[in-house]
Amino acid sequence: MSDRTNSKPETGAFFARDRAWHPPAFAPGYKTSVLRSPQRALLSLDGTISEITGPVFGHSILGELDYDLIHNFAKPGESAIGERIIVHGRVLDERGRPVPGVLLEFWQANAGGRYRHKKETYLAAIDPNFGGCGRAITDEQGHYAFRTVRPGAYPWPNGVNDWRPAHIHFSVFGHGFAQRLITQMYFEGDPMIWKCPIVGTIPDKQAIEQLIAPLDWGNTIPMDARAYKFDIVLRGRRSTLFENRLEGN
Amino acid sequence: MVQELGYLKETPSQTAGPYVHIGLTPNYSEIGGVYDADLGTSMVNDKTHGERITVVGRILDGAGGLVKDAVIEIWQADSAGLYNSPSELRGTADPNFTGWGRCPTSSEDGTFRFETIKPGRVPFKDGRKMAPHITLWIVARGINIGLHTRMYFPEETSANAEDPLLARIEHKDRLATLIATKEGSVYTFDVHLQGDRETVFLDI
Repeated sequence: MSDRTNSKPETGAFFARDRAWHPPAFAPGYKTSVLRSPQRALLSLDGTISEITGPVFGHSILGELDYDLIHNFAKPGESAIGERIIVHGRVLDERGRPVPGVLLEFWQANAGGRYRHKKETYLAAIDPNFGGCGRAITDEQGHYAFRTVRPGAYPWPNGVNDWRPAHIHFSVFGHGFAQRLITQMYFEGDPMIWKCPIVGTIPDKQAIEQLIAPLDWGNTIPMDARAYKFDIVLRGRRSTLFENRLEGN
Repeated sequence: MVQELGYLKETPSQTAGPYVHIGLTPNYSEIGGVYDADLGTSMVNDKTHGERITVVGRILDGAGGLVKDAVIEIWQADSAGLYNSPSELRGTADPNFTGWGRCPTSSEDGTFRFETIKPGRVPFKDGRKMAPHITLWIVARGINIGLHTRMYFPEETSANAEDPLLARIEHKDRLATLIATKEGSVYTFDVHLQGDRETVFLDI
């Protein structure tokens, strides 16, 4: 399943996760977390080979339009309705090094805030030409990019009048299973961000700002699509130089 | 002033939300024609080495309710104890075994199911062998950061007794939460997110 590259694989354990930077499991402003949050302490474990390794996916899994949500569900000759945007960025680790060859998966609502999902009952219309999923693999410098329409805000039954800001969900694989991450990207300048209980599960304002993609005017394509830049940082790896056992065996 | 370390901060996690299936298992959510097949639905083929097993289970919330909108991913070694990963330097894993699988909990009955093989033993950091195990990662609406845990095998009594991770669980009555039950080749592993039978989750 993996495309092997010539670069030397890194095998160090990962930096410990800063769980004060991430949202806590129990965040009662987001009601569903109340019954879905462990109450006992996590058992901490310096990464073993079970966590340091992880699946890597080759480009052979990608279809031609996987990076183009405007067209990958559309009828021939048609396209999704909405503000056309490009979302691009890099996947880096905490040491600032690019993370090449990692799979990213994206999903989102359409321009009206409606998801194509059987459990979704919001009255905004489905777009017959928009599915809402896409994926990409980072290049050697960690770059990824996709085209889509800007998603709309949508209401959800949490508080009486809670609305999600416009957002795109991201799922990111690293090179180790311990780097596995799911997050959400928000859009610069959206006033809804600061009202959202899910955003509000993150305690630190700077951490929230790390999820807000700026408008990237330089990469906006005239007469076509505006661009947003969203860099993603995965856990860094320790050097293996002074580990007790280089290969764990 | 000292030098700056210059490290970046990890991107903070957010919940996968109730519509995670659109992105991770679009065919399951009836978004057909975008991907040939949902990723991670098949881990083995006819040539895969090892003992075929089925892993089934459910995820329960703090009130005992079924979590029917989760996605589970598993990661495990092959039958020889090698991982199908570029970071595996001890040898080459079985090319007919992915080691990685993904399954949504059913919107009908809340179950998940993996057709896989029983993993071999892999070393702990100090060289001791860990007991055979499968790593699980769970995301869902209401889970703000993915939960890691491990499933161990009930018939591996002596290996489990010397497993370095299991040995670190202070409250011994909690060990049972990481050990599946077995019936034939089917292992059942229920995950309790919260409460009296709460599964041991890992900070790895």
